[in-house]
Amino acid sequence: MTEMNLYLTIILSPLLASTIVGLFGFALGKKISHSLTILGVLISTIGSYCLLNKVLNGGLTYDGPLYTWLTVGSQSYSVGILVDSLTATMLTIVTSVSLMVHIYTIGYMEHEEGYERFFSYISLFTFMMIMLVMANNFIQLFFGWEGVGLVSYLLIGFYFQRESATFANLKAFLVNRIGDLGFLLGIGLVLAYFGTLNYAEVFAKLHEISGVTFLNTGWNAITVICLLLFVGAMGKSAQFPLHVWLPDSMEGPTPISALIHAATMVTAGIFMVARLSPMYNMSETALSFIAIIGAINALFLGLLGLIQNDIKRVVAYSTLSQLGYMAVALGCGAYSVGIFHLMTHAFFKALLFLAAGSVIVAMHHEQDMRKMGGLWKYMPITYVVTIIGNLALAGVPPFAGFFSKDMILDAASNAHEHHMFGSSFVVFCVYAAVFVTACYSFRQLFMTFHGKERFREVHHDDHGHDSHDDHGGHGHSEPKESPWVITLPLVLLAIPSVIIGWLAFDKFVPGEFFSGAIYNAQFFAEEIIKDPITPIAMMAHSLHQPPVYLALAGIIAAFIAHKSPAFVAVIKTIFKPVIFVMERKYFMDDLFINILAPIGRGLGKILWSIGDILLIDGLIVNGSARVIAVFAKIFRRAQTGYVNSAATYMVLGVLILLTFCTGLILH
Amino acid sequence: MIGMTHYLVLSAILFALSVMGIFLNRKNIIVVLMSIELMLLAVNFNFITFSSFLHNVAGQIFVFFTLTVAAAEAAIGLAILIILFRNLRSINVQDMDQLKG
Repeated sequence: MTEMNLYLTIILSPLLASTIVGLFGFALGKKISHSLTILGVLISTIGSYCLLNKVLNGGLTYDGPLYTWLTVGSQSYSVGILVDSLTATMLTIVTSVSLMVHIYTIGYMEHEEGYERFFSYISLFTFMMIMLVMANNFIQLFFGWEGVGLVSYLLIGFYFQRESATFANLKAFLVNRIGDLGFLLGIGLVLAYFGTLNYAEVFAKLHEISGVTFLNTGWNAITVICLLLFVGAMGKSAQFPLHVWLPDSMEGPTPISALIHAATMVTAGIFMVARLSPMYNMSETALSFIAIIGAINALFLGLLGLIQNDIKRVVAYSTLSQLGYMAVALGCGAYSVGIFHLMTHAFFKALLFLAAGSVIVAMHHEQDMRKMGGLWKYMPITYVVTIIGNLALAGVPPFAGFFSKDMILDAASNAHEHHMFGSSFVVFCVYAAVFVTACYSFRQLFMTFHGKERFREVHHDDHGHDSHDDHGGHGHSEPKESPWVITLPLVLLAIPSVIIGWLAFDKFVPGEFFSGAIYNAQFFAEEIIKDPITPIAMMAHSLHQPPVYLALAGIIAAFIAHKSPAFVAVIKTIFKPVIFVMERKYFMDDLFINILAPIGRGLGKILWSIGDILLIDGLIVNGSARVIAVFAKIFRRAQTGYVNSAATYMVLGVLILLTFCTGLILH
Repeated sequence: MIGMTHYLVLSAILFALSVMGIFLNRKNIIVVLMSIELMLLAVNFNFITFSSFLHNVAGQIFVFFTLTVAAAEAAIGLAILIILFRNLRSINVQDMDQLKG
């Protein structure tokens, strides 16, 4: 069974590396630690490509249990493996980006404390993510889901001496708990209605359950399940209003922002919905809900990217916006397009994050774009790959992002034609977001790489702040291009950012690649078959369509804003109230921290004082003890301690017993 | 004519007396031991009565066993009593209330 060995190798090699480095990293030293973890992920990556090759060319699929983990009554839960085109795609994305990030980390974390710990964490993350995508049942999905959440928590708080980092990781943890509650309830309902947690068995039973209503509410049970599961996805994939943790997660080191908070973990929700596409197809309400939430993400959270000054936060908001796009694709029934965008986004967003990290390293861990500028001369490679990443992000043909984003716009329009609820709003949002995306991404590019070299003034003022400054001790230093361990992953990620859209288009969108793994909604699937399209035709077609021009307009707007600060000032005065609201992030943080959290705490306090202190402690625990004490006080009088009174009670007892027993016998 | 009932009543009276001896006695622990012996004798009386009236000799043989056991029990009881007296310097039942709750 060679395939099984391949699967196990892919799954276990990062875990093994992570365990060794995590336990013995202090003794192994930096070099062996990073070599080991990179080796683990490399093996996994090669395995994933083998797998992808087999799936592409041999049509390999596999769905089977590995071993039974737990048996409760008649219900048994097993750890299993599901391999199909979706799994292979996700595996390839996860392991490739993870490998790039591993290599990059050598350069980025060079002078940091906890180097081995970091490598152990990211390898563990890779293992968890692989578990998540290879799962063939909900329990295992949930295991991976929580595992990546755990590593995300650990890594956001990597600099745990910093107060802001511990705040951010707690925030991420708590917000994800809200999502996970929904997710867990969803899984519970699946078990309740379907009696199994295995994907294939659940899908086989879908038609039986389709008419069932949830309790006595009149809602369709499948809709309720889908919505609850999507609540989990909202937490993990940072969909409005559970997105608040993602911008703060930028407290973590940049490599993990790229790996976890851009390319892989945050797309787990998207993957989950695509994996459960047969179920989501049964519920139009859930699809509409997903599309609307995604549209809100795409436009409104993208807008926030326009006013950020922290280079990583710009990229973080663009991630939120792109995740919104993916959700829109899912909501419009175009799951394969969602996965397509997930893939292109994983590459170009990891690229953008790592490029931002490269800038941060060059600026001695300064992240404020107002203190950068004019860097293109000093960091040519980083500059070029950032342009590529931004073009891909903005959706300019023929870069990767263009194909996936254009397909999403198509899917949204298609859904509009089929009168999906809320689709006019969705269409408006995704189109407007094209402009916004181009605008903020090129604003970041111009602020960082063009204009005045503002870091010169800054360096004198802020000299004391550079805690990681190893080479900047003598006067101010020129920013340098990063070492090859940083630029190599950048270049390797830039290549797919350019071509992957073109390459994968045929397979993903009109092709049969995902048949058997993803079931696009009826109306979308019909549309694709009716009107098959090639990449070249699509590019030619796009020249007559608004999105490309919207993207160009966004770039031009960013350029104008860069060249003339007066223009920006005018805009700022006109939209003052809007910008105020945006600066407060639509008051979402205030809502959570000042309103919802105190309500939660107040509720907790009431429940604690009434439920815990009064009822449980007061009435049940101490109360029962007190009742016993009162009775004991009375009855202890009978306990005189004299032998003859003891004998008296004994005889009385015997008499009573005899009376009863003879009574029983006689009757 | 003295019938079986009379014997049984006598035996019951003896038994009740000895029970009362245990119940009411607060002074002397030796009296408690004696009451226990009396109780056994009351039981023996029953045995002999039934044995005699039902023409079954087994009851009378049983009495011998009971007497033997009673003798052994009395010896143990008295031994415990002596130990008790050594520790408490008293055989007053009133003083033995260490088990009081």
